[in-house]
Amino acid sequence: MSTARYWLHWLLPPALLAVAIFALFKGDWLVELGGAPAPFEDVVVERVVLDEQGIALKYRVDSPDPVTIAQVQVDGAYWQFTQQPEGPLSRGEAAWIRIPYMWVAGDAHHLTLVSSTGATFEHSVDVAQATPQPTLAKFGAWTWVGLYVGLFPVALGMLCYPALRRSGRGVIDFALAVTLGLLAFLFVDTLLEALEQAERAASLFQGPMLVLLGAAAAFFGLRAVSRGGADGVSLAWRIALGIGLHNLGEGLAIGSAVAAGEIALGTFLVLGFTLHNVTEGIGIAAPLTESQPRLPTWAGLAALAGLPAVAGCWIGAYAFSPQFAALCLALGAGAILQVLIDVGLYLHGRTASAQGLTGQPLLAGGLLTGMALMFATALLVSG
Amino acid sequence: MKQSSGWLPGFSRRNFLRLGLTGSMGSLFGLSAAHGRGDHALHTGGMTTVGEVDHRRNGFDPHELLTDWDGGRVSRLPDGRRLREYEIVAEDREIEIAPGLFFPAWTYAGRVPGPTLRATEGDVVRIVFRNQGSHPHTIHFHGIHPARMDGVPGAGEVYPGGQFIYEFEALPFGCHLYHCHSVPLKRHIHKGLYGAFIVDPDPARHPEHAEAARSRLLGTPQNARWQEMVMVMNGFDTNFDEENEVYAVNTVAHAYNQRPIRIERARPIRVYLINVTEFDPINSFHVHANFFDYYDHGTTLTPTLRTVDTVMQCQAQRGILEMSFADHEPGLYMFHAHQSEFVELGWMAHFEVV
Repeated sequence: MSTARYWLHWLLPPALLAVAIFALFKGDWLVELGGAPAPFEDVVVERVVLDEQGIALKYRVDSPDPVTIAQVQVDGAYWQFTQQPEGPLSRGEAAWIRIPYMWVAGDAHHLTLVSSTGATFEHSVDVAQATPQPTLAKFGAWTWVGLYVGLFPVALGMLCYPALRRSGRGVIDFALAVTLGLLAFLFVDTLLEALEQAERAASLFQGPMLVLLGAAAAFFGLRAVSRGGADGVSLAWRIALGIGLHNLGEGLAIGSAVAAGEIALGTFLVLGFTLHNVTEGIGIAAPLTESQPRLPTWAGLAALAGLPAVAGCWIGAYAFSPQFAALCLALGAGAILQVLIDVGLYLHGRTASAQGLTGQPLLAGGLLTGMALMFATALLVSG
Repeated sequence: MKQSSGWLPGFSRRNFLRLGLTGSMGSLFGLSAAHGRGDHALHTGGMTTVGEVDHRRNGFDPHELLTDWDGGRVSRLPDGRRLREYEIVAEDREIEIAPGLFFPAWTYAGRVPGPTLRATEGDVVRIVFRNQGSHPHTIHFHGIHPARMDGVPGAGEVYPGGQFIYEFEALPFGCHLYHCHSVPLKRHIHKGLYGAFIVDPDPARHPEHAEAARSRLLGTPQNARWQEMVMVMNGFDTNFDEENEVYAVNTVAHAYNQRPIRIERARPIRVYLINVTEFDPINSFHVHANFFDYYDHGTTLTPTLRTVDTVMQCQAQRGILEMSFADHEPGLYMFHAHQSEFVELGWMAHFEVV
């Protein structure tokens, strides 16, 4: 085949496609089928801020047809409002609506946007409370929450490393099986949370596909960089990264839920997240029993796994968007799946060479223990 | 955040006081476009629709609807009776029911409510009804008429492009209404097919209350001193969930709030009040700082309720309200439905007594 023919075969399909597209726009046979349908309008409320100025909400147009918000109701009453930017919004465009409304702390408020065609879009604030303002003090408090639910428990879990190291082979294998169980739990948990956030995002972001894409990217990305490095230390780093991304998502969830008035950040809730995360520290330490990491390595591992929770809290509280949260959580799910496989292979390598020293019951027991631990501690924070 | 008055964290007491004092919160929130406009210091407290309706594009102005009596083309029949002839065309039309909010209405004569037909007791009323809309329609009058003039499916229903002539004697005197009676009934009514039908009493037939009858009869000197107006309480379900998104008097939400109805203090007020609100069992009228006499259906010349400040009506119920502000100081006097829900969704208005 000549070079010219080679290129012709590449170029012919796109050229014909261009002709077909031209014909589609020129031809009018679709009009026969569809006529002029009534406009379809949809919007998604992405963020609500309650403060001394009243209520502000950010909405995004999520329909092929543009939307003009003509009036706004708060609790079934037309109310003054301003919109920035003004006028009709096209698909994907977002605007802030500010309503000088004296909301009532602790009550629920129902917001209704009425479009120029009379379509209504509703959004509820379950429990009204002032949205945290990004003051230095608040920022500091959020940092503490992030450290408490992220870094602190991970570091705490790592403290059992010396004991783990002096334990027999069976105990270590059991600990690794526990890690496997906890990673399996976290994978499902993170993926479901990602899909839940995706549901809240405007449909043009194609939430579920975004999650799939993000998870796949993280999975294959990590696989590419970790090829051949199946030793305990590199495994620990990857576990820490996966858990870190999970904790970023956890921080986002806490920050945004508190900001949206969906949960009150009580002592018990923080404690729940903290207990939930202690296991993660053990999980990171488990593959390290045959190496002797120095303190900086430990600090690095703890920081990688724990500090993203701080960033998550900040972003969740002040700049939350469901599509961003879904993407972060999806990356976490992909990363966790990757280390899940690596830990499995690592454990398989250990047990295969040990010729039945540790039997299947022990591994299965460890796996179930890991999942049960996560399940039990998750009870503290589910609601 | 600073702890403030307790019941409302987030609002300092100082700000709260400012809200109460300024009424509309423009100064606090940097809003200027959303203010109550004109010279009237209206106390909306922020609870209002935003913007202005283009009455010119709508083709009708709620303020003009108040007194837009339609006597028809008047002539004498051979038997001496007065004949009033009307032509009413039904047509589909998009109307602006609140600023920027458009409703695909079905209308009589391009307006909602339709023309206010006004006749005198005993007149012969002849209505040539043509349907240029997209669905079958009727005009069903609340009054006395033969079965074939009832304006229901099977008796005077008109298909698109068709025509029917309704003819009957205007009886009894009172404050009545007409509406489309095609099915589905809810949709045909709430889409906008209704209007007022007022029959003035003939003083000659009511010698015992001749003076009261004369004050009701349009065109007499006794009637001229009254400030009469028609108010049709209606609602609009814009998203088809069988609940109204907008409530109003004469269609446009807050129309008489953004521009109050001007009242001369010395002259008494007579309101022809009609409820056509769909989906809600009742509607109501409540006036501030004053009381009125009420004539249910307007079919009596003595009040059926005396000295009340609130009256309720079920759908199609109507009546006449008579009140006076002669002894009041000038100012803005609020009137509205006394279902807060309707108030907050547009049925809120003011008399400006001068």
